[in-house]
Amino acid sequence: MAKKILTEHINVPGIETFEVYRKQGGYTAVEKAIKTMTPEEVVEEAKKSGIRGRGGAGFPMGMKWGFLAKPEGVPRYLVCNADESEPGTFKDHHLMKCIPHLLIEGMIVSSFALGANKSFIYVRGELMYVIRILEKAIEEAKANGFLGKNILGSGYDLELVVQPGGGAYICGEETALLESLEGKRGNPRNKPPFPAVKGLYQSPTVVNNVESISNMPWVINNGGDAYAAIGIGRSTGTKLISASGHIQKPGVYEIELGVSVDEFLNSDEYCGGIRKGHHLKALVAGGSSVPILPAHLITKTAAGEDRLMSYESLSDGGFATGTMLGSGGFIVFDETACIVRNTWNFSRFYHHESCGQCSPCREGTGWMEKVLHRIEHGHGSMHDIDLLVDVAKKIEGNTICPLGDAAAWPVASAIRHFRDEFEWHITNPHEASQPGAVFMGAVLA
Amino acid sequence: MTETPNPVAFTPERLAKVKEIIARYPEGRQKSALLPVLHVAQEQWGWVSSEVMDHVAELLSIEPVEVYEVATFYTMYHLDAVGKHVIEYCRTGPCCLMGGEEIYDYLKQKLGIQAGQTTPDGLFTLKEVECLAACGWGPVFQIREKFYMNLTRERVDEIIEELSK
Ligand SMILES: Cc1cc2nc3c(=O)[nH]c(=O)nc-3n(C[C@H](O)[C@H](O)[C@H](O)COP(=O)(O)O)c2cc1C
Ligand code: SF4
Ligand code: FES
Repeated sequence: MAKKILTEHINVPGIETFEVYRKQGGYTAVEKAIKTMTPEEVVEEAKKSGIRGRGGAGFPMGMKWGFLAKPEGVPRYLVCNADESEPGTFKDHHLMKCIPHLLIEGMIVSSFALGANKSFIYVRGELMYVIRILEKAIEEAKANGFLGKNILGSGYDLELVVQPGGGAYICGEETALLESLEGKRGNPRNKPPFPAVKGLYQSPTVVNNVESISNMPWVINNGGDAYAAIGIGRSTGTKLISASGHIQKPGVYEIELGVSVDEFLNSDEYCGGIRKGHHLKALVAGGSSVPILPAHLITKTAAGEDRLMSYESLSDGGFATGTMLGSGGFIVFDETACIVRNTWNFSRFYHHESCGQCSPCREGTGWMEKVLHRIEHGHGSMHDIDLLVDVAKKIEGNTICPLGDAAAWPVASAIRHFRDEFEWHITNPHEASQPGAVFMGAVLA
Repeated sequence: MTETPNPVAFTPERLAKVKEIIARYPEGRQKSALLPVLHVAQEQWGWVSSEVMDHVAELLSIEPVEVYEVATFYTMYHLDAVGKHVIEYCRTGPCCLMGGEEIYDYLKQKLGIQAGQTTPDGLFTLKEVECLAACGWGPVFQIREKFYMNLTRERVDEIIEELSK
């Protein structure tokens, strides 16, 4: 069995309670950090661990912590991003629901490291039942002296607030999240200034994903070097993968970074292979925003090497033949899936979720949705394919926040790898627009 | 359907909850309480009418327009009266791979309504939502705080029957 950092105790009965979590060694990282380490030493361990942000962008966490401005007399904030709304991603939901104290413990050591006395966990509002679970865990931690005033007699105070969102994917973008936390619409901010300098309430702020923060107890207990020894190259540690679609065993799996895509997809320890009687057609490896890959580029790179579940290997080949690890939303398509329909579905999502501040994103996502809708429903023309490529290009890199890119990439990559399927929809409109119709050309040819 | 009474007032327990929420934020940052307080309001009345929004503005000492702006931006707040049970059905890609579209058609047919509509008996309102972070357990819908996952026609029959009692 591969190394487990986050999920080792996840199936222990009662692990959601303080008592059982504590018996399994929980909160020892808080004791160690607060009683025996300085905040700078905790930051140092995070740097040594090499852990990269698990929310999608993969930015090194210790480095981000190092950027935090520390002006005299100004409060600093840690905000945990639990907005989890990227289609195909459900790992944070699973982790917080099953083992809430892990995140709470991570929040305490991370807040201590950053010198924050009030920290927030921003959870998408749809997960209100998870918010209640977290609030209960916070109460328990407080009752046991791990939160509140003068934690473990150290003089360090920390209060944790769980904040519900209101339903908006864009609030996963860190500056939109901060706006939302201030009680406003989730419009991303222009950067600079970055949150590390002016974040929540114009104060220095760090925003990190649930999974990133939940690794910290292990890093403190075992040391950053031990963490960095797990994984492969600059992809250190483990990663939670949310596996969905046409596989035998959908669910959340913790992998050691560097396991092969083939093993993750086909072994019984993980996805268990494509569902019976079907075969692999395409994969979205890191949540709906990353480029889709066709079957022949999934388990092998274009150069013929084994493709691994790591930041580097998944992006091998750039956007021409590679993709990204992203948030770890692993969506598997077998031959019954219609790529055009899925691309239309995703573009509808981005159009719906665009905050509307910048015209390339607002107009472009709407346009792409409309054109894809007409191709899928049998009213497209060949010209539409180039139009889509053109609109996607015009959005990319021309917006305030990366949602624009996130909307453009799925469309551009679907056309890059499945152009014949788009053409088939246009030349066979009647057949293609029947419910459940799927292009089989590539398979039959 | 719940009408908002005039004048609008939270129950004593909910008012205490609202005050506790406002106290979570630093001095002068009480506007941060807006999203959570709107959730408490929706819990009480089922939706947020303009009277409710005005009342929330008063409690938070902010302008009513600041509340309208927010309530209209986020998808979870219902701005019109809704049925007893609001079914929020996930329409996004991964759920569709698991047969989400077929189950959705079945549900619409069973209830005899389309997205955005309420059944004549006022029991069910249907709403389409995007990915609910439960894609591995799709198809999925949510009613209030509860997730209904791995939906099949049989499961849909059971759930609707149960909630119709
Ligand atoms: C449109 C959009 C949605 C995002 N959604 C999330 C999300 O749901 N959860 C998350 O942790 N990060 C999300 N991110 C990334 C955040 O902006 C930010 O990079 C992240 O929270 C930083 O934490 P990390 O470094 O620990 O990953 C999103 C980014 C964009 C542009
Ligand atoms: S890119 Fe889209 S979502 Fe991001 S700020 Fe611009 S309009 Fe809003
Ligand atoms: S796609 Fe339905 S829950 Fe994610």
